[in-house]
Amino acid sequence: MKNAVGVAQPRIEGRAKVTGAARYAADVPIPGLAFGAVVLATVSLGRIRDIDVSAVQDMAGVLGVIDHRNAPRLNPKAGGFFGPDGQLQLLQDEVIPFAGRPVALVVAETLEQAQAAAEALPVTYDEEPHDTGFTADHPASRPAVAIFDEPVNVGDVEAELAASSVVVEEQYCTPEEHCSAMEPHSATAWWEGERLEAIDSNQGPFSIAVTLATLFSLSPDLVHVRTEHVGGGFGSKGLCGPQLILAAMAALLFGRPVRVTLTRAQVFLATAMRPAINQLIRIGADADGRLRAIHHEAAFEISPLVEYLEGCTELTKTLYAARSIRTRLSAVPLDILPPYSMRGPGATPGSFALESAMDELAERLGMDPLELRLRNEPVAGPVSGLPFSSRNLVACLREGARRFSWDTRDHRPRMRREGALLVGTGLAATSFSAGAFPSSATITAETDGTFTVAIGATDLGTGARTALTAIAADALAVGTERIRLRISDSGLGPAWGAGGSRGTTSWVWAITEAAEKLRGQECRGTVTVDTTRSLGELSSRERHSFSAVFAEVTVDPVTGEVRVRRLLGMFAVGRVVNPLMARSQVIGGMIGGLSMALHEEGIRDPVSGRHVNADFAGYHIAAHADVPDIEADFVPDYEPGIPMGVKGAGEIGNVGTAAAIANAVWHATGVRQRSLPIRLDRVLE
Amino acid sequence: MKEFAYERATDVRDALIAADGGARYLGGGTNLVDLMKEGVEAPTRLVDVRQLPLAGVSEAPDGGLVIGATTTNSDLAAHPEVRRRYPALSQAVLAGASGQLRNMATVGGNLLQRTRCAYFTAQVCNKRVPGTGCPAIAGEHHNHAILGWTRNCVATHPSDMAVAMLAFDAVVRYEMLDGPGEIPLAEFYPPVGDTPHCETALPPGALITAVVLPGSAVSPRSRYRKVRERASYAFATVSIAAGLDLDEGSVRIALGGVASRPWRARTAEAFLLDAPLTAEAFRAAADAELAAAEPLPGNGYKVRLAGNLIETVLKELQP
Repeated sequence: MKNAVGVAQPRIEGRAKVTGAARYAADVPIPGLAFGAVVLATVSLGRIRDIDVSAVQDMAGVLGVIDHRNAPRLNPKAGGFFGPDGQLQLLQDEVIPFAGRPVALVVAETLEQAQAAAEALPVTYDEEPHDTGFTADHPASRPAVAIFDEPVNVGDVEAELAASSVVVEEQYCTPEEHCSAMEPHSATAWWEGERLEAIDSNQGPFSIAVTLATLFSLSPDLVHVRTEHVGGGFGSKGLCGPQLILAAMAALLFGRPVRVTLTRAQVFLATAMRPAINQLIRIGADADGRLRAIHHEAAFEISPLVEYLEGCTELTKTLYAARSIRTRLSAVPLDILPPYSMRGPGATPGSFALESAMDELAERLGMDPLELRLRNEPVAGPVSGLPFSSRNLVACLREGARRFSWDTRDHRPRMRREGALLVGTGLAATSFSAGAFPSSATITAETDGTFTVAIGATDLGTGARTALTAIAADALAVGTERIRLRISDSGLGPAWGAGGSRGTTSWVWAITEAAEKLRGQECRGTVTVDTTRSLGELSSRERHSFSAVFAEVTVDPVTGEVRVRRLLGMFAVGRVVNPLMARSQVIGGMIGGLSMALHEEGIRDPVSGRHVNADFAGYHIAAHADVPDIEADFVPDYEPGIPMGVKGAGEIGNVGTAAAIANAVWHATGVRQRSLPIRLDRVLE
Repeated sequence: MKEFAYERATDVRDALIAADGGARYLGGGTNLVDLMKEGVEAPTRLVDVRQLPLAGVSEAPDGGLVIGATTTNSDLAAHPEVRRRYPALSQAVLAGASGQLRNMATVGGNLLQRTRCAYFTAQVCNKRVPGTGCPAIAGEHHNHAILGWTRNCVATHPSDMAVAMLAFDAVVRYEMLDGPGEIPLAEFYPPVGDTPHCETALPPGALITAVVLPGSAVSPRSRYRKVRERASYAFATVSIAAGLDLDEGSVRIALGGVASRPWRARTAEAFLLDAPLTAEAFRAAADAELAAAEPLPGNGYKVRLAGNLIETVLKELQP
């Protein structure tokens, strides 16, 4: 029988999506539904003086208003990956920790009535002086709480820098960026006796249900969260979102199902963003390009409400063989929306800094930037000393260079002109850590010869449903037509969510283990497995996906306009489960990287501290005309430690593109771009 | 969005009667409806004028064109005579919005669209409630005005189409219950002064019926260049409509994205009346025009950009 894994297949639910039959969280019809409209704080720090509920309670259709005076009390221990999370403590007191904090929910019979009353609700504040101005040397800066990407200090960085023939020391800045998923966050909640039922837009219903249960001090088996289709998350749906907490509160108080859908502006103001980051890189090398030292420090903003870590230096510990490596992360608490993981957190901004600095090093060495990277290929983890489970960066670089005709490039800047335009090319190498988290799966051999495979996975639109069907078919050695896959439901048992590029790896582990067990009992009955133990037996290795990204840009020096003309990404992501969808996913990531390079920038008002451009007219993401011919392909790769050899392709597409484009802009113009986005006023001559 | 009454008019007089007493006219709705959803505009009555018999482009006696107010942006841009005789206008319209929006948006509505200043759409300001201040001046003004602004408002006008029309001395025709009238486009948008909420000189209740483009020796050799942060679907950072009459040696220049209204660069035009049409003269003309610029800390780049554009586009217009 032929394998299903490795075969290009269109997504199972594709027809349902393009015909509108697929229901997203805000689409599911629920009898007796009421609607909640969220009111957000407009001041950056302070206290609520008053919320005049009487002004709206007689408006048409209004059922009532929830604020800190009547909201159900929440358990302050609730949190997520980064520990107890104060941003989940909605409507618990009059304190305003950031502009965009929900202060009330207006509930009405219709969405329009709820919105009208929410707009009319008078909220007054006692403002306090706020601080939303991020700088790397901010007096409040302190070491980040490194639950991963710990600071390292291998070798003697200062001595190696002093002994280096060439040293690059530069700072790189990236602004606040917003996840900007197409589908706004929406939740519908209702209570069935003691039991809380919810339909929510999120990246992992099991962990969301656990958080929700903790918040409402319920036994986890009394909370049921479903997440059938999700229109993108990019990190912002990894948390128990305000829509879900507020819907559950309203359902409790009003005794009926309540739907809360954030507006686009509210998605910007009240759901996760990437923090503003300032990075310092110092690299020293011998004249032949061999690295003596990499010093990489990153400072980023956080909120005092919850810890967060932007692991910018992870790939600095992976990519190159340097004799000494020192990294450090600092956090600056400010009165801002709490940042969270967004589109390749850490590695995406980190690679912009590291791979820009590597290009600057190549420039100062007078060396081909490709050769510089090849010359510093490590044989083991540069910091850990551990062997790589598999490392195919060189294959990505060489194959990409071949397809991009890199060998014909004149490495001097500002040498190519086409009419009024300057033309340049650039590249970046990247890595993204691979691994898996414990998950459970249940497989039942049905009497009709089919298999029901149940796992608490989520499909964000990436094709997880289709990929897991193929994986289950191969694991059971049957055709995909005999697989009945059930996902997107917290009731299916503990499972890692779609995040950290660890969805597929975590789920494939559980499915293959369950399939093996079922086959061990002659494919009869039902088996449930939990991978916690077998994951614990995984050997210590450097496990990463790798990629090389090549970009060609045009620059009009008269206007400063930068346009990307060509993008090529070569990826080593382990075994590719579904080449069609994997390609879509990494291309999507590259478009995200292009947007980061040229467009995306959350802007704060310097006076009020509020986010100013909270819509897609002001917050630009690449439009179709900005997206050039993109080529993405995979080099052969296999992860020996993870079942079926997969690594994870979820986020690496985002990584590297911004540096490749910035390097190409330098090659075109001769001017370095160390701040993103590369706006035209930064390029204009 | 607040509830509102809606009616569709099929002739101009019915529309005027229906709107008497304070309705808003609805063209394509590509701006007004957005603003209603955001609560910026809250009309109690909309009179839909898209079905009025005002669409189409016709010849004017002086060799110009009369563009009906309900002509869609798409139809205007595609019209062969517009493309032949006023290429900058066709290019300007095609540089704006998206295909879907241009199919809906009307010529009359385009002239009346409102600023995309983020403060205007997200909070109160002088444009919405006089006396509430202009937060952009001390705030985020990266894409705000450098010319003709006052401490009351530093927002820019978003239209591309109007920039090209201004370069060609367009005249706006309108109807009121007591008869027709017209206003040169150059006077259609009053200076900001201390009344940024008064955005047009159109009398209350007046309905735009057409825009007249005079016959012009400058317009056939003209072009529109729009600089923006992404390749499509973005408002201008700075734009320029410029035309060149080689026989007379005269030029027309209008700028977008630099002021509360499309900005006719009359100083530069006058400078070039007495100068040879050389790159140096174009640059000097641009400098003369932009000597009046008052950039804020965050938008000084627009002065250089506008100067670059004037020089470059005029050079491109030369044979």
